[in-house]
Amino acid sequence: MTKKNHPAAEKTDASDFETRIDELCQSQFGAGVTNLKRLSGGASQESWQFICDAKAYVLRRNPGGKSASQNALPKASEAAIIDAAAAAGICVPRVSYICTPSDDIGEAYVMDFIEGETIARKILRDAEFDGVRPDLATQCGEVLARLHQIEVSPLLDLPHSDAAGELKKYAEFLHQHKQPHPVFELAVKWLSDNLPPPRAPVLVHGDFRNGNIMVSPEDGLVALLDWELTHIGDPMEDLGWPCVPSWRFGQHDLPVGGFGQRADFYAAYERKGGEVDEASARFWEILGTLKWGIMCAVLMSRAFESGADPSVERGSIGRRSSETEIDLLRMLLEQD
Amino acid sequence: MQDRPAAEDLLAAVRGFLNDTAMPQLQGHAAFSARVAGNVLDILARELALAPGFQKAETRRLKALLDVGPDAKDDLLTLNRALCDKIASGEMDLSTPDLRDHLIKVSMGKLAIDQPRYQGYKTAQANNWPEEESK
Repeated sequence: MTKKNHPAAEKTDASDFETRIDELCQSQFGAGVTNLKRLSGGASQESWQFICDAKAYVLRRNPGGKSASQNALPKASEAAIIDAAAAAGICVPRVSYICTPSDDIGEAYVMDFIEGETIARKILRDAEFDGVRPDLATQCGEVLARLHQIEVSPLLDLPHSDAAGELKKYAEFLHQHKQPHPVFELAVKWLSDNLPPPRAPVLVHGDFRNGNIMVSPEDGLVALLDWELTHIGDPMEDLGWPCVPSWRFGQHDLPVGGFGQRADFYAAYERKGGEVDEASARFWEILGTLKWGIMCAVLMSRAFESGADPSVERGSIGRRSSETEIDLLRMLLEQD
Repeated sequence: MQDRPAAEDLLAAVRGFLNDTAMPQLQGHAAFSARVAGNVLDILARELALAPGFQKAETRRLKALLDVGPDAKDDLLTLNRALCDKIASGEMDLSTPDLRDHLIKVSMGKLAIDQPRYQGYKTAQANNWPEEESK
């Protein structure tokens, strides 16, 4: 492993970072920053919480302020999508400020802090969520139906993708990699033999799953987060991804996020005007599982080994590819 | 032959230092990273103990599946690439005798090292899926 001493590494110096956040707060919100702390989790995004003028905010930025990974939207487009979702009545945290190069913070934006839980395991296990957990799958189906009906301005120039394109992209990542993965190869073959029929493209969240939803003990689903992978594509992608076994966080008998059943999720989606193609949603579950496996085995490992992100966290995610192998085998043997 | 202490004992000492000394002094993201680091040490300890036997079993099954001759290259990289080619071409799939058993055992072995507490691993055990062989 090579370690590169690039300028971004120096920028993570804690006090220096706080100074720049303070300058940003002074110029944008007219008061200094207090209680700055990094929120844990989030290998692909850094989240920092702080207080400014008695109001709580969250700053989201790419790790170390570096430019976005190839899949992620520019932060300004992500913020525009969040505005469009809010206008459609979808609960999202309002974006207060999009950082510019002169802020010297990197690609980042500041959004309002919303009270609620995002840690999937807490949502699934803590007693305070017992009352709202049974309705979460229904709430998820409703919010997705609303999202998929948003008309997006072509000015936003969002990326497009479909089932065949996504499969091709990830199969290429797999085949560029020196390490052979027979189970992934089996999944690639099954998916190419079972491509769903194309359907009219819609606005797809692209990372809709337990962990990217905010849940309160009183109201259940209160915010939809992490819009950096939003694109135009097949709506069934958003119905398949939350059912990927890795996003059930140990509750395999509750396929939707570890909290609900597909029947409730699909019924709510259809009640709000969506149209479910179950075979296609199943395709996207299996493709989603393969994608997560390839992200771990290929992309995370490559980022770690190249020195682009030499953190222990990044390296250890590489080893999560084995969980997707056993999940894919169970799915391909029709036991899931 | 490497001198003692043994690698597994040194790893256990680092794990003890992390648990007993370092972690109680850490907060926030650093505490989170330390927990991740502890998990990685556990992976390494299991890999040291299990991987040599697992690799022998995987190699033996691959040679039988692929019917490789006695003089052919039999390192795991070469064998697994040959298996991937046969799967990609459709020559082998889950209905191929012994392939399903082989892939399950290899994946079970990886999980026994990487994350033996993963739900999918426990589900597989509950369904009597076979563990990787140790020699």
